[in-house]
Amino acid sequence: MGKKLAITGNQALAEAMRQINPDVCAAYPITPSTEIMQRFASFVSDGVVDTELVTVESEHSAMSACIGASAAGGRVMTATSSQGLALMWEMLHIASGMRLPIAMTLVNRALSAPINIHGDHSDGMGSRDCGWIQLYSENAQEAYDNIFQAVRIAEHEDIRLPAMVCMDGFIISHSIESMEFLPDEVIRDFIGEFKPKYPLLDVDKPVTYGPLVLPDFYIEFKRAQHEAINKAKKVTLEVAREFEKISGRSYGLFEPYRLDDAEIAIVLLNSAAGTAKDVVDDFRNKGIRVGLLKPRLFRPFPYEEIAEALGDAKVICVFDRADSFGGFGPMYMEIASAMMAAGSSPLMVNKIYGLGGRDFMPEDAEAVIKEMTGILDTGKTGTLKEYIGVRE
Amino acid sequence: MKLKGWKELEIGAIIPEAGNAEQYNTGSWRASRPQWIEENCIQCLFCWIYCPDSSVTVKDSKRGEFDYGHCKGCGVCAHECPGKKGKKAIVMVEEGN
Amino acid sequence: MSTPLRLKELSKKEDLLTGGHRMCAGCGAPIAIRQVLLAADVPLVAANATGCLEVSTTIYPYTAWKIPWIHSAFENAAATISGVEAMYKALKKKGKIDRKIKFIAFGGDGGTYDIGLQSLSGAMERGHDMVYICYDNGAYMNTGIQRSSATPFGANTTTCPAGRVIHGKPQKRKNLTRIMAAHDIPYVAQTTPAHWRDLMTKVRKALEVDGPAFINILAPCNRGWRTPTNNAIELCRIAADTCFWPLYEYENGKLTVNYKPKEKKPVTDFLKTQGRFKHLFSPDSKDLLKQAQENTDHEWDKLLREAACWAEETGTTEEGK
Ligand SMILES: Cc1ncc(C[n+]2csc(CCOP(=O)(O)OP(=O)(O)O)c2C)c(N)n1
Ligand code: SF4
Ligand code: SF4
Ligand code: SF4
Ligand SMILES: [Mg+2]
Repeated sequence: MGKKLAITGNQALAEAMRQINPDVCAAYPITPSTEIMQRFASFVSDGVVDTELVTVESEHSAMSACIGASAAGGRVMTATSSQGLALMWEMLHIASGMRLPIAMTLVNRALSAPINIHGDHSDGMGSRDCGWIQLYSENAQEAYDNIFQAVRIAEHEDIRLPAMVCMDGFIISHSIESMEFLPDEVIRDFIGEFKPKYPLLDVDKPVTYGPLVLPDFYIEFKRAQHEAINKAKKVTLEVAREFEKISGRSYGLFEPYRLDDAEIAIVLLNSAAGTAKDVVDDFRNKGIRVGLLKPRLFRPFPYEEIAEALGDAKVICVFDRADSFGGFGPMYMEIASAMMAAGSSPLMVNKIYGLGGRDFMPEDAEAVIKEMTGILDTGKTGTLKEYIGVRE
Repeated sequence: MKLKGWKELEIGAIIPEAGNAEQYNTGSWRASRPQWIEENCIQCLFCWIYCPDSSVTVKDSKRGEFDYGHCKGCGVCAHECPGKKGKKAIVMVEEGN
Repeated sequence: MSTPLRLKELSKKEDLLTGGHRMCAGCGAPIAIRQVLLAADVPLVAANATGCLEVSTTIYPYTAWKIPWIHSAFENAAATISGVEAMYKALKKKGKIDRKIKFIAFGGDGGTYDIGLQSLSGAMERGHDMVYICYDNGAYMNTGIQRSSATPFGANTTTCPAGRVIHGKPQKRKNLTRIMAAHDIPYVAQTTPAHWRDLMTKVRKALEVDGPAFINILAPCNRGWRTPTNNAIELCRIAADTCFWPLYEYENGKLTVNYKPKEKKPVTDFLKTQGRFKHLFSPDSKDLLKQAQENTDHEWDKLLREAACWAEETGTTEEGK
């Protein structure tokens, strides 16, 4: 097996990129993801990788260059956060619409205004509909493991779609944690050779990318795209099984934590799930049947599977580290859709937390779970959407 | 023509048949048609190099007929044609006449 | 060996932009692009910015392109081709490709002077091996003739219409060719498709360079300029003869003016051919015409002065070029 090291999330991702050794990277600095590309640039300068690094003049150009490079016929990676992802937005749709398997790390950060460099999920959730596969990661180990799997899922012949791996800015990107690295040759074998499809660089077979598609064909392409991304559920599980063989770590579409027989379920993404697990244990020790669900694959969203996992819960609290102003949080909407479609009608509340990097403490989880026990007793919810940890 | 369904299309709207626009007829756009008067032609090939629609055929460096499947009748060729002794080798005539 | 720049020889080559595209009858852009493609004797891969050329040549399921071609968005043709070129380098390094391929980007004036200027500037600074071709028709034609920073002074467009108080575009053109020259890249030039030999020579020089090159090509648009469909080439010739659109090039920074009209024609010779300038010829617009002439003279004189400096410095005469 691999070696253990204490390292930050960003360093782990840079290390993963070194092991992947992509053909082209195009990137632009933005906190908190900058360090990934900075480290990677030194791998390039030292000849440790043979990647062509394109140090573009904006994130819009970063994604544009990734699109050109991917269509040219090779493996392409990048990393960004927040405003950078927002500036890429136009190109995110184009990458997925052209079915280009680009892999990106998104170090989650709040969106301006006001400008804030800390971790929340507004950026990732804001790109929900861009047609990218999205994998979320609780910690550096998961982010490291996810990026290899993302490359495999994205490049799978039934899928050919871009994928992003998300991890929390600062909380994970900048904190040191002990994690295990896999040996280079194991990674090399796991990700395999890139298989180009319609490469632009094949000048003997000239292809046209990006034509004007009118109403006579447009919706057919979008229908096909939906089909392709939905297949990512099955492929994610296949790839996870293979990854388990090389790492001993098992991954699913989501992580259920003490969910069997749970009457109260909380749904929490990324690092905050780690914080809440201990709290769940405390309540379980007191005989309260509470469990946690941590989504991993957010796009495509595994509606049936999640509804089944949450099936027994009478009360569900969905936490969102992103907001949809004037609506419920994005995760709440997904979970509510999943339950509704499955014909269950648990009591469901939505807590918005941790925006702009506000700490999420065990006490926060504790207070919410206590509140849920009250709802379970009375069968009555109060305000459905509330902000927690906010000063009055 | 039966249009392809979503399962039959190439992924990502890629067009693998290079230059298949040749199959598309733009000749129907014409309001007037260029006519080549061979005896006035000095084979300068200006009509060929200045045609926006690649509609002047040339074989072995000699111009041939117009490609009326694509010619849009813009008249650039006629306008640029020097002809012989002040006599144009291309004239535009109204379509349908 | 490259094909001699004679029409008899060139006509033996395959057209890499086919007929059957949907640009308007008599449009200048496809004339320019055909010439660009005919000039090349190496395999090309192209990126194209959104605009008339892109839209009209690739209406699904048809493509008029016989070279590998990608359109991704409006403002990023230079960035997109940067990525393609970077992949070429990467795969070459790894021995996965050994062909010599050259990279080219096409953009309209809107996609180049305006929204795409940042990505173009970035790509030039990074030194990608690419040729960027701007086909300048002086407005956002594809969206219905809105002004761009390339629109000439006084022109009537749908966003600077000639009205009772404002008489067409109040500002003069941005001089993009010189902005590109300021990037100190190996090759920058300006030409027109009427001067096909000049255009093709420039494309060849640009392709021979190992690094970035930029060529600005005047491409009349009869819809936007309000001209007949048959005189795109004549308009290019008048543009050069009036010095509204001078033909020049910067080779490793050294400027050469490639065409000096024997007798410089008044800019009104150019303006009066086009409906977009019609309002400038009303009796109370004399000042505007004067301004238009001054703008042209100013740019032309600047160019000549700079070219003369270069000629003096390198001990060459700039005459007879
Ligand atoms: C980001 C973005 N903004 C605006 C547009 C709309 N748009 C498409 S083409 C175009 C004008 C293109 O003008 P130009 O580059 O001069 O090319 P032309 O059509 O004149 O050949 C505009 C404004 C777009 N496609 N994308
Ligand atoms: S009329 Fe126009 S399209 Fe037709 S051949 Fe002449 S130049 Fe070409
Ligand atoms: S331009 Fe006129 S003279 Fe010249 S080749 Fe064409 S038809 Fe003949
Ligand atoms: S609108 Fe102008 S630039 Fe666009 S295709 Fe028509 S003539 Fe050409
Ligand atoms: Mg334009």
